[in-house]
Amino acid sequence: MTQLLLLGDEALAQGALDAGLSGCYAYPGTPSTEIMEYLQGSREAAERGVHREWSCNEKVAMEEGLGMSFAGKRAMVCMKHVGLNVAADGFVNAAVTGTHGGLLVVSADDPSMHSSQNEQDSRFYAQFAMVPCLEPSSQQEAYAMAAHGFALSERMETPVLVRLCTRLSHSRANVAVSVDKQPMKELDALNEMRGRFVLLPVIAKRNYVRLCEKQDEFARLSEESPFNRYSDGPDRSIGVIATGIGYNYLQEAFAGACPHPVLKISQYPLPKRQLSRLLAECRQIMVIEEGMPLVEQMLRGPLGDGGRTRGRLTGDLPRTGELNPRAVAQAFGLPAPALPAASPLVKMRPPRLCDGCPHANSYDALNEVLKSRPTSRVFGDIGCYTLGALPPYNAIHTCVDMGASIAMAKGAADAGVHPAVAVIGDSTFTHSGMTALLDAVWENSPITVVILDNGTTGMTGGQTSQAAGHMENICAGLGVAPEHIRILTPLPKHHAANVEALAAELDYAGLSVVILRRECIQTLRRKK
Amino acid sequence: MKKDIVLAGVGGQGILTIASIIGQAAVKQGLNIKQSEVHGMAQRGGAVLAHLRLSSDAIHSDLIAPGTADALIAVEPMEALRQAESLHPQGVILANSRPVANIGDYPELETVLAALRAYPRSLVIDAEAMAAAVGSARAMNMVMLGAVSPFLGMPVEVLEATIAEAFARKGPEVVAANRQAFAAGQAAAKGI
Repeated sequence: MTQLLLLGDEALAQGALDAGLSGCYAYPGTPSTEIMEYLQGSREAAERGVHREWSCNEKVAMEEGLGMSFAGKRAMVCMKHVGLNVAADGFVNAAVTGTHGGLLVVSADDPSMHSSQNEQDSRFYAQFAMVPCLEPSSQQEAYAMAAHGFALSERMETPVLVRLCTRLSHSRANVAVSVDKQPMKELDALNEMRGRFVLLPVIAKRNYVRLCEKQDEFARLSEESPFNRYSDGPDRSIGVIATGIGYNYLQEAFAGACPHPVLKISQYPLPKRQLSRLLAECRQIMVIEEGMPLVEQMLRGPLGDGGRTRGRLTGDLPRTGELNPRAVAQAFGLPAPALPAASPLVKMRPPRLCDGCPHANSYDALNEVLKSRPTSRVFGDIGCYTLGALPPYNAIHTCVDMGASIAMAKGAADAGVHPAVAVIGDSTFTHSGMTALLDAVWENSPITVVILDNGTTGMTGGQTSQAAGHMENICAGLGVAPEHIRILTPLPKHHAANVEALAAELDYAGLSVVILRRECIQTLRRKK
Repeated sequence: MKKDIVLAGVGGQGILTIASIIGQAAVKQGLNIKQSEVHGMAQRGGAVLAHLRLSSDAIHSDLIAPGTADALIAVEPMEALRQAESLHPQGVILANSRPVANIGDYPELETVLAALRAYPRSLVIDAEAMAAAVGSARAMNMVMLGAVSPFLGMPVEVLEATIAEAFARKGPEVVAANRQAFAAGQAAAKGI
């Protein structure tokens, strides 16, 4: 054993490496990004030849991971929670095909929306796809769960979802790391797996029955899991279910000595035996879970249970946002220190575009064009440039999900909005914008697609962007008329020319693409 | 031994450098650590914070409960006030007096500094000027680390050695400037 100081993300990555990982597939997204970055920086991963390049989006990553699993090797697919929406088709159907080499699907949730547009809880996806879910409560468990998850995946021929959340992903702790490394699996793609990997209805129906049959075994394995634990306590007026990092806050509240019986859950489906005992022995149940009230709702049932089950739905814990040690202590009526009133001197300090950011110049030019076109609407997208919604720019009217800008602009144009402008970054464009642009090409929709091309995935820290160096070729290849593809440089000295070019394309009654290209100031600085 | 430290600043100011050196020094001391960091969107010039917990026993929560922190290190004065509720009544505030006024309604600086000085155990210093005086204004973070060093329950030599390792790659002059900055901060904190 050696000790390392690792983020939760990094602990999982090292655990996967030590468990014989052959390939990691991911699209960057807070708080999951550091899993792949750790592997990219790992000499060990380089020496072993582990695949560790970014994918164009989470769906592609999911399918690449499934392909590696098909070939008998251990693969890990990583994303942020909303990325699992993108990957959902592959993920849900991988449960139906089953897997061959171990397949871990890692989804990092962001309750409190530190850097996200919602706080969806990935555990629902595991339940929906009917696959096991692992939810580490500590960095050490994140490390150990990689090997455990791969073994579980191979034993049951199922993908396994690993659910992380911000406070584990981005918290560093001592992790004891094994010195015994498992070898990578041999290529094994020539076995006869056509029987289950072809989801024609006749085969899928058989597979689905098999998936349903696996459920009892999944539940039994949860009962035996080293990550689920029942600890008895003398005060049975209330029993506690604490999942994932909720367990840490419980321990913190009672200084490691909770007087109530506690069922710690870090592997799903729920362990029935331990759950039955808790329900039989305790009058009330307090559920402490990070994210949405999944377990709480299951226990309450659709009609409620007369207040027996307590948690986020009963107001004992906050309904939204991430948990914290104070909120959990208060749920048990424990004394919490009185806090001083917030100082009126403290003002909001939201994030902002960096000094020298190319997007700032792009918005300055766009805003000048839009000033004289009051019927225009600007459809934004996901990235640093979403900050253009805030003052001083106030430049965009929407931000929904990756790639939505182009499709929403087209839909709004179909409804009669003109000018309809989409603003999208280069990485978001290759993630999910290209297919929407093809729709706009097909109908020659009167929209202008402004691509803010800074050559990187900026918001998450400067990861590769697959369109780098050939954005105009991609647009032309999709069928945008070359005379309506403009490439501009967002710099103050080109402001007047950029305004003129943007105005001309906004007024054009067909599809146009304006690429505003200048390198991200952060990646540029790092090269110096 | 158990210390809970909150670090605050503005994205890009490098509070994680301070946290990282304390963390590495703590590892050398055989302590347990949990260090919760801010990554992602807020790093773009927004308010950022980190929670650093050191203990000879097991640490449960990654977050420090408000009203319980032993020390608050802020490299920006208004950010010190923003996180002041994290502090235990006997906790100590160490704040840099140089503002990052990247918002339109930044409050009057002297009022902010006076509010900080009103805390029973606080130190408000111009860490940039102090760092510049001993070699490099960029070593501002090490002045702040020096200022908190008496409250970490850790031998100063371990922190000094960790600073030397952290900057070794940048050459002996940079190491010297950072160690002197650390010493200046340490001296300023005497008597809190």
